[in-house]
Amino acid sequence: MSAAPSGFSLTDQNGQTRSFPTGRPSLIAFLKEDCNTCNLVAPILEAFHRAWGDQADIWVLGQSKDGNQILQDRHGLTLPVLDDSALKTSFAWGFEIVPAVYWLDAEGQGGPCVEGFVRTEWQALAEQIGKALQAPDSGMAWADLPDWRPGCGSKHLDPEIHDRLLAEADNSPIRARRIEIASGDDLDEFMFDQGFSDGLPLVPPTPERVLRMLSGTKRGSQEIVAVVPPNMAPATVEKVAINAVMAGCRPEYLPVVIAALEAVCTDEFNMHGVTATTMGASPVLVINGPIREKLGMNMKLGALGPDNRANATIGRALRLIIRNVGGARPGGVDRSTLSTPMKFTMCFPEWEEGSPWEPLHVERGFAPSDSVVTAFAMTSGPVQIVDQESRQPDQIAGTLGLGLEGMFLSKIHRMPVDALLVVCPEHVKTLLSDGPYSKARLRDRIQEVTRRPLRDMVANEISGAGIPLASAAKMTEAQLDMLVPKFSSDQHIHIVVAGSEAGKFSAAFHGWVTGPAGSVSVSRKIEC
Amino acid sequence: MTTILDPTDERVPVERQITARTGDISGIVGLLDIHKPRGNILLDELEILLATRYPKVELRRYTKPTFAKPCPSDLRLQIRSECDYLVEALAD
Repeated sequence: MSAAPSGFSLTDQNGQTRSFPTGRPSLIAFLKEDCNTCNLVAPILEAFHRAWGDQADIWVLGQSKDGNQILQDRHGLTLPVLDDSALKTSFAWGFEIVPAVYWLDAEGQGGPCVEGFVRTEWQALAEQIGKALQAPDSGMAWADLPDWRPGCGSKHLDPEIHDRLLAEADNSPIRARRIEIASGDDLDEFMFDQGFSDGLPLVPPTPERVLRMLSGTKRGSQEIVAVVPPNMAPATVEKVAINAVMAGCRPEYLPVVIAALEAVCTDEFNMHGVTATTMGASPVLVINGPIREKLGMNMKLGALGPDNRANATIGRALRLIIRNVGGARPGGVDRSTLSTPMKFTMCFPEWEEGSPWEPLHVERGFAPSDSVVTAFAMTSGPVQIVDQESRQPDQIAGTLGLGLEGMFLSKIHRMPVDALLVVCPEHVKTLLSDGPYSKARLRDRIQEVTRRPLRDMVANEISGAGIPLASAAKMTEAQLDMLVPKFSSDQHIHIVVAGSEAGKFSAAFHGWVTGPAGSVSVSRKIEC
Repeated sequence: MTTILDPTDERVPVERQITARTGDISGIVGLLDIHKPRGNILLDELEILLATRYPKVELRRYTKPTFAKPCPSDLRLQIRSECDYLVEALAD
């Protein structure tokens, strides 16, 4: 299929610049040297040139510099052979097969394109030219030529070349600043030196790769996805794609990265505070819905660990966007005392099929068929909760509660802080051993087993944290004896299921400052 | 030659010069509590010292709603329009 011919200026074998349209009728033929059919038609074009060259411009556009020279030498060509080794004209004209030949009028209009070699088509073309020029026949011995020969795929359609041409085209979706790195320089070291990295090697974001990444979304490349803290920098889809390439994402992950960025760049999630806090917080992304399977995410054995590309790179892409676009750098706005490895990446899907409960996204108001990312601001995790002995549902639920009691500091209770509990399948099985065991009951049990008297929270010689002595002195004995659970509300306990079917090891993520003064978890539908 | 695309926001930061030091303080000095524990105690002490040393200086107190989020634009604009100087108490 051909696009409309467009103007060009190219150099011929004598170094002369030739521009199209020429102001005369023209026959423009695209050839590549290593195509047998192109070699079949090259002498025909030379014959046309000798017959009609004084009335029309018969030009060959060759697709490689060396190949052009070989074509000339092999066939004794005297017609102009123009250098389209950059393939920009081939790309602009949009044919698929070489040889591709266009018969055009003085204004450069006409066609259609003749691709490959069908003798009757070429004969008809010769007749058309002779007639238009009112010139004698070209003298070609058509009967000596084969009836038909297939052409070859044009060089500009080689995948790597085509993506580059697409990226460089006038209507390219690429607008980001291009950085050219000399061939003698080490590209990986260059990216480290420029401060683009989270400390790990990066995939170079070449225009070709970014273009392929952009194919993962229907959104326009220059649409603003979010304004990214701390610098409040607008992140276009293109910038998201660049960082997703660097993180190692595949194009089909891009909608998840976009949704995750939208989620964390809300006032509710407060990415600025999550970045800046000395406590060291990080987004933890939970993925729900059909996209988990589509991307081949790992929700079972080792779900919270390494080795699954989608799990690993989606979280990393988010981090790279926050640091590269938003400007969050340790020692800059990021003031984390110790920080957390979760800042490299922390993203996992819920194993909905292994859960007896509504999936997280359904609990939060989405349809089961929706694909959703939920972002939590977490400071610790995953912290293992180990219980290989309990056989009663309430025992396991009790263990999960005691496991959560250590959040921040075990003596501190009635905390208005989120926790994300990841229940492993074996613990789920024990919870269900006597029949249904709802999330609400699990939350109640966690609160029940973590109830402690307020007097345990009072600062003492072991730990000065908690209720100051002066405040405690004003409290009555009854007040000090009041039992308070770990969480100020059971709504702070978020529960999902993930992990291997073997092993009695659940885990928890511990939150940061939860609520309007800090961070509130945010869910966003993933637009695939 | 390899070409890569810039992953940053490509913005050039605005260069700001430090205001010339006159060796004196006059006008209105704002004291901003970012709402971290004990920040108010630090500012209380500072206010006493400034009031003693610079009796003609007017001191105004401001408080961020939460230390965990950037200062709201309205408060930033208010401080900028009302004060000649600002001291922000960051520490716990």
